[in-house]
Amino acid sequence: MTQQINRPAVDTVEHAATSPDVEQPWAELGLKADEYANIREIVGRRPTSAELAMYSVMWSEHCSYKSSKVHFKLWGENTTDEMREKLLVGIGENAGVVDIGEGWAVTFKVESHNHPSYVEPYQGAATGVGGIVRDIMSMGARPIAVMDPLRFGNLNHPDTQRVLPGVVAGVGGYGNCLGLPNIGGEVVFDDCYQGNPLVNALCVGAMRTSDIHLAKASGVGNKVVLFGAKTGGDGIGGVSVLASETFDEGGPTKRPAVQVGDPFAEKVLIECCLDLYAAGVVDGIQDLGGAGLSCATSELASNGDGGMKVELDRVPLRDASLRPEEILMSESQERMMAVVHPDRLEEFLAITDRWDVEATVLGEVTDGDRLVITWHGEVIVDVPPRSVAHEGPTYQRPLERPAYLDALQENGTHALAKPTTGDALKSDLLTLLASPNLCDKSWVTDQYDRYVMGNTALAMPDDAGVVRVDEETGRGVAVSTDCNGRFAKLDPYAGAQLALAESYRNVATSGATPLAVTDCLNFGSPEDPGVMWQFREAIRGIAEGCKTLGIPVTGGNVSFYNQTGDVAIHPTPVIGVLGVMDDVARRTPSGWRTPGQVIYLLGTTRDELDGGEWANVVHGHLGGHPPVVDLAAEQLLGEILVNASRDGLVDAAHDLSDGGLAVALAEATLRHGVGARVWLDDVAARDGIDVFTTLFSESTARAIVAVPRSEEVRFTDMCTARGQAHARIGVVDDQTDGLDVQGQFAVSLEQLRRAHQDTLPAVFGA
Amino acid sequence: MKVGVVTFPGSLDDRDALRAVRAVGAEPVSLWHGDADLKGVDAVILPGGFSYGDYLRCGAIARFAPVMDALIPAAQGGLPVLGICNGFQVLCESHLLPGALIRNDHRKFNCIDQRLVVENASTAWTSDFETGQEITIVLKNGEGGYVADEATLDRLEGEGQVVFRYAGSNPNGSYRAIAGVTNERGNVVGLMPHPEHCIEDGYGPSLDGLPFFTSVLRQAVSA
Repeated sequence: MTQQINRPAVDTVEHAATSPDVEQPWAELGLKADEYANIREIVGRRPTSAELAMYSVMWSEHCSYKSSKVHFKLWGENTTDEMREKLLVGIGENAGVVDIGEGWAVTFKVESHNHPSYVEPYQGAATGVGGIVRDIMSMGARPIAVMDPLRFGNLNHPDTQRVLPGVVAGVGGYGNCLGLPNIGGEVVFDDCYQGNPLVNALCVGAMRTSDIHLAKASGVGNKVVLFGAKTGGDGIGGVSVLASETFDEGGPTKRPAVQVGDPFAEKVLIECCLDLYAAGVVDGIQDLGGAGLSCATSELASNGDGGMKVELDRVPLRDASLRPEEILMSESQERMMAVVHPDRLEEFLAITDRWDVEATVLGEVTDGDRLVITWHGEVIVDVPPRSVAHEGPTYQRPLERPAYLDALQENGTHALAKPTTGDALKSDLLTLLASPNLCDKSWVTDQYDRYVMGNTALAMPDDAGVVRVDEETGRGVAVSTDCNGRFAKLDPYAGAQLALAESYRNVATSGATPLAVTDCLNFGSPEDPGVMWQFREAIRGIAEGCKTLGIPVTGGNVSFYNQTGDVAIHPTPVIGVLGVMDDVARRTPSGWRTPGQVIYLLGTTRDELDGGEWANVVHGHLGGHPPVVDLAAEQLLGEILVNASRDGLVDAAHDLSDGGLAVALAEATLRHGVGARVWLDDVAARDGIDVFTTLFSESTARAIVAVPRSEEVRFTDMCTARGQAHARIGVVDDQTDGLDVQGQFAVSLEQLRRAHQDTLPAVFGA
Repeated sequence: MKVGVVTFPGSLDDRDALRAVRAVGAEPVSLWHGDADLKGVDAVILPGGFSYGDYLRCGAIARFAPVMDALIPAAQGGLPVLGICNGFQVLCESHLLPGALIRNDHRKFNCIDQRLVVENASTAWTSDFETGQEITIVLKNGEGGYVADEATLDRLEGEGQVVFRYAGSNPNGSYRAIAGVTNERGNVVGLMPHPEHCIEDGYGPSLDGLPFFTSVLRQAVSA
């Protein structure tokens, strides 16, 4: 050697082979003794420190799904050929892809960024958006919308005032700067999320069916190109440290492990990627998210021909002192890795140059089945990539139905004091409207840009977000996310199906035909048999429910360890349903505007108050059995709503869920400030319940619609012919100030508004 | 008629602006920040977004883009230029328009359907409105507070250079509720609200954005 560079010695493969007895920090990196032994067996020696870093991060719960994987076979077992037909790409890729017709495909997925968002709300939430958007980009799609299902602790807890404004500003700060409309999501409060807020992020992307890209490195001699932001020390070990450990009191502060986002870099990266796709210069592509280069290199190689050679010292660094192990683990944001044919490399680099995006050839695809990584010419990693990416440990965790469940389910709402007068009903309605989960969320959603791109046909607070995909025809998609963790706590199987049913119903209410499902399964520790039982029950519920509804699960995410000490969050399987519409101009909004239109209640109401918002808000009660799931009724209702939208039979439709009919009527009135007169005695008598139950029960498969008088006969004929229960319960009336429930109470628009709109500003400021 | 829309790195509403141009029957032309070339267009729109991330003062870096070297003299020579949101910020940074935009007084990004009053219906971009007309246009920004010194504000009011004023409550603390201004000649207009989001039934709160684009089209036809 002519030049002597003063560089600390690295742990090379050669060195590892001759020093078997070196003590290695496998436990500190989160590996179990048998996992470490397994790694030694795979590589046939002790791993180098770089290899150990890669295995530890890729075998973490977050990346390897080691506790959940054994239950994923439930997806496959419940997916019929008919469901597969619409699936262009299924589970296992960065995101699933579904065919929406006319040559268009959409991809969508929801992911969690829960733990980082608790530690550092703004950056945690921001990089959650960034990560899911890159997942969608790496399928070859242009991202077209985002949504954020958010769950926080008690609204009035001081820490909620730290976490919520930061999370909301992070979602907005990142998403707004990317130019993606935020079209929906959820904001839910429950004490169980106090130390474990749930920050889930969903992204939808669209592409021509011919433009799908996959994460695989094939074609020996093809170049492996890293492009986007430089690599820094942010997020080192973030995946294993943050996602796989529980927050315990008194632990060390974990702030430095959270990644920092640069939305401008990501926006440029999106446009750059789309230009690269259009030019046809990308053979395979993978985003860099959790586990950074460890994940991208091992997954690309493992999904492709199996061999890859990478010169790690070529990675552009923000911090020149980073060690190779740290470079492999860094979760610096806004980076992508592409596989490019050597003949197209020049063209590739010309496009990245035009966007001022730094691109570096790190290595190439090789024959054989080894991932070889060098550092200044010395081999520091030499492993079979599948063993890193796909052959991690799998655990059959013990599961057991929690002992507390019997007592919880026995403690229903029957003994609770119920309002018996009109004034008391009105008072309960106003209390519900002002409650954290049912109040107006515009303090949150007004911080998100819902208009950018000019394709938004519906957004919050409507039932589903609707965006146009094809400007010529108006073809587009509707998406909703839902989950009631309280129902899932009472019965995780039913709770998961209720989340699916509600999301399905919301999409149909907007006028779209439900097509596909993504899920974000937020649970406590998998090492707790009770949690693991909840998890298995929820997956079973979703898989079997999807089979009944005939819509496939296209992908999703599992987030475990959402617990503080021994106390887990409510099981929270957030379900996103995507539907398609021929022309989104015909979407159905949730609020009525036109006086004289007739209000129909679709579906039947049972005495189902257990786990509902009335019991929660008025009595602070959680117990009993959640509402009965009836997926056949959901399908029928969905068909009615979609047909009514297509044929112009309804001008407004709103799904009934949290808070029941009372809250739905109030929301539909509040949406455009147009009042309604309602009579409920007949429908209560038909269903054999009292007016209170009619108003506040949360029975499923129900919606209210506003029907123009000219279409009333056609609409009721359709309901009758198909056997859809329907009841004429009111009329839209601009002479009524607010809501008049005849024989019970009248509540003015101003009273409704004050109750509904003042809650969040009172806590967080105007 | 050809209307150019500049794309800076970080521009977001450039495609929306191109669509709006197309919607009124004009020919949309994409202009690139790195080219000091206006491609012979008859008018230019600087769209919304976060040019260069706006990590410094909004619009402060975009103002130095090569395309601005061509645009600034053309605007001074009478070329119709519309700056929307970030584009308004760029125009202020370029001193094509007076004043500056600062962080909203409530310190949050805010996306709402905003009522405006048209105060000047004789600019290149507002001639299809009536003075005093009330319109609803999407407003979405984090740094939309319009500020200028008192003398400048008085002069703007006196010369009729206030083009739009917020109606109802002031959404961001803008001085004198100013939502948009023009230069003395009336060819350069900047405003924080987004007319390009109000041009299609079903995809925005109103169609009140269309007259912006028909105004400039009419001007070119009659010129």
